[in-house]
Amino acid sequence: MLVDFFLQLKQAKVPVTIREYLSLLEALDRQVVWGRVEDFYYLARLCLVKDETHFDKFDRVFARYFEGVTDLGEELEGHIPEEWLRRLAELVLSEEEKAQVVALGGFEKLMETLKQRLAEQQGRHQGGNRWIGTSGRSPFGSYGYNPEGVRIGQEGSRHRRAVKVWDRREFKNLDGSVELGTRNIKVALRRLRHFAREGAPVELDLPGTIRATAKNAGYLDLQMVPKLHNKVKVLLFFDVGGSMDEHIKVCEELFSAARAEFKALEYYYFHNFVYESVWSDNQRYRAERIDLWEVIHTYGPDYKLIFVGDAAMSPYEISMVGGSVEHFNEEAGYVWGQRLLDAYKDAIWLNPTPQGWWHFTQSIGMVGQLMEGRMFPLTLEGIEEGIRLLSKGSA
Amino acid sequence: MRFTGTETYVATDDLNLAVNAAITLGRPLLIKGEPGTGKTMLAEEVARALGMPLYQWHVKSTTKANQGLYEYDAVSRLRDSQLGDARVHEIGNYIVKGKLWEAFESEQRAVLLIDEIDKADIEFPNDLLQELDRMEFYVYETRQLIKARHRPVIIITSNNEKELPDAFLRRCFFHYIRFPDTETMTQIVEVHYPGIKQVLLKGALETFFGMREVPGLKKKPSTSELLDWLKLLVAEEIPAEALHSREPGKTIPPLHGALLKNEQDLGLFERLVGISRRGR
Repeated sequence: MLVDFFLQLKQAKVPVTIREYLSLLEALDRQVVWGRVEDFYYLARLCLVKDETHFDKFDRVFARYFEGVTDLGEELEGHIPEEWLRRLAELVLSEEEKAQVVALGGFEKLMETLKQRLAEQQGRHQGGNRWIGTSGRSPFGSYGYNPEGVRIGQEGSRHRRAVKVWDRREFKNLDGSVELGTRNIKVALRRLRHFAREGAPVELDLPGTIRATAKNAGYLDLQMVPKLHNKVKVLLFFDVGGSMDEHIKVCEELFSAARAEFKALEYYYFHNFVYESVWSDNQRYRAERIDLWEVIHTYGPDYKLIFVGDAAMSPYEISMVGGSVEHFNEEAGYVWGQRLLDAYKDAIWLNPTPQGWWHFTQSIGMVGQLMEGRMFPLTLEGIEEGIRLLSKGSA
Repeated sequence: MRFTGTETYVATDDLNLAVNAAITLGRPLLIKGEPGTGKTMLAEEVARALGMPLYQWHVKSTTKANQGLYEYDAVSRLRDSQLGDARVHEIGNYIVKGKLWEAFESEQRAVLLIDEIDKADIEFPNDLLQELDRMEFYVYETRQLIKARHRPVIIITSNNEKELPDAFLRRCFFHYIRFPDTETMTQIVEVHYPGIKQVLLKGALETFFGMREVPGLKKKPSTSELLDWLKLLVAEEIPAEALHSREPGKTIPPLHGALLKNEQDLGLFERLVGISRRGR
């Protein structure tokens, strides 16, 4: 029972386990819910999904899997003998409407066509004037304009049925794999904080020592606790100009909000790719450039390097001398990139372009190669993954 | 035994179902949601509605899982031994029961609230796996096994500050309290301030939701702030027209300090209002 549904969830990367699946079955067995699909949806979500970031994926799988399944009451409706329906129709329809039914070939014809179309139709349908679905001018389906339309799946509570709960996709912006939005920033910030606060076990735990000593019948037993201190130093390189600006703003906010947690946080800006100089004041970048060698010499190898940029440019800008769009560069971009990477072992590149599109742009591939694959999408998951890599490097 | 909300707590269908499933199956229920949407209140209301005793365990960053079970007060035993107190021979005298133990021991089925579990150390939930799953634990000092008489209804809240371990999540039901829509919000306000005039309420809600739309706020006003604000509006006898006739976001609503609790937000809001005024 529901095994397919479970497997589809797994396929859609909702982290479900057999244990959770069994607890859903147990709940069904104990009749926590009965009959209403909506209730079943809530119950299934309650049992199977343990993080609101997965709600949207769950909704999509649910919609696909249970497409066409309606409440038990409506299911029964389908089994009502035709005879009854016809009686009802005769009672309800006005003379004029009856005439129209006749125009369409009579009631039998109407029912016949309905059956036929039900068989022909594949998938859900909305709008249009032929298929069964909602809001169309076809004689079949609900909420339509055709007066002789057969209503399928419509009850009094139209506003609730019209859009199924799982079709609303309310949790879309809670999904961890979408871009950073205002709400996500907070969560991302927590991830960054976590990254910033790690340390070695060095501090004397005084209450712990007293307790341990007491337990030890008075012999001194020293206890240590990990000291949480801000030891992470970060060097940030932002790509500015053009399409990147909006993302950069998000990132700047993100990192500066977490600033207190870092021991040091330095920003530099570049355009498209790093060359011999960068700048730290975006307003006056033409006047005040800083030699990249100076940057490398100022900040020691314990800094962690984070690039933020879409890495979308002409391949020449990376590979050729003089390839830069702004000036004549004496050495190719990748040479400078490599110098930075040699100086800072822990480095990642965060890319706001959705990961699925990366292979369409040659330069993203080139930068990815230069970074030895340490390029991550600028999403919660990407940041988390990248940061995990950075913190692993420090150990 | 079914929970359907109380006269002071409006619970949506899905929340009711979550609570009832947790009661029926005896599983812990993990509640997440924006701050101020009534996560902690839920446990109190469930206890009150079903007539169960409530045990609250508020978790802090220094809380250890053991403290919920029991603590062995070694220091006072050491002191007693120095003083030659007779109690010292019975180790049971120095075992201090924790909230979980109390809930397990309760004569009737109890509600146990583990509040803000994400505040604690990352290992904290892992240390409670067995206890929440089997509802039993072992006291090493006295060699006794404490078993729950009735599986308590366990409600756990989290503010998402830390990821909870998967093994822990697998043992819980999970419910995310969404921010209520206008309809539910009206119900909630009705429940708390039954006398409040419809006009005032409508205006207040419009202003409130408009304020939540203001981009860039650090902390959006939530249900509890709205309730506080309404209390002020009623107490100050602000006329409904003061709210109603204005477009949200264009003017500064009265007593808005109750809604925005952060001076940066206040500043931002006032600036935005200033800009749109000049724009008119």
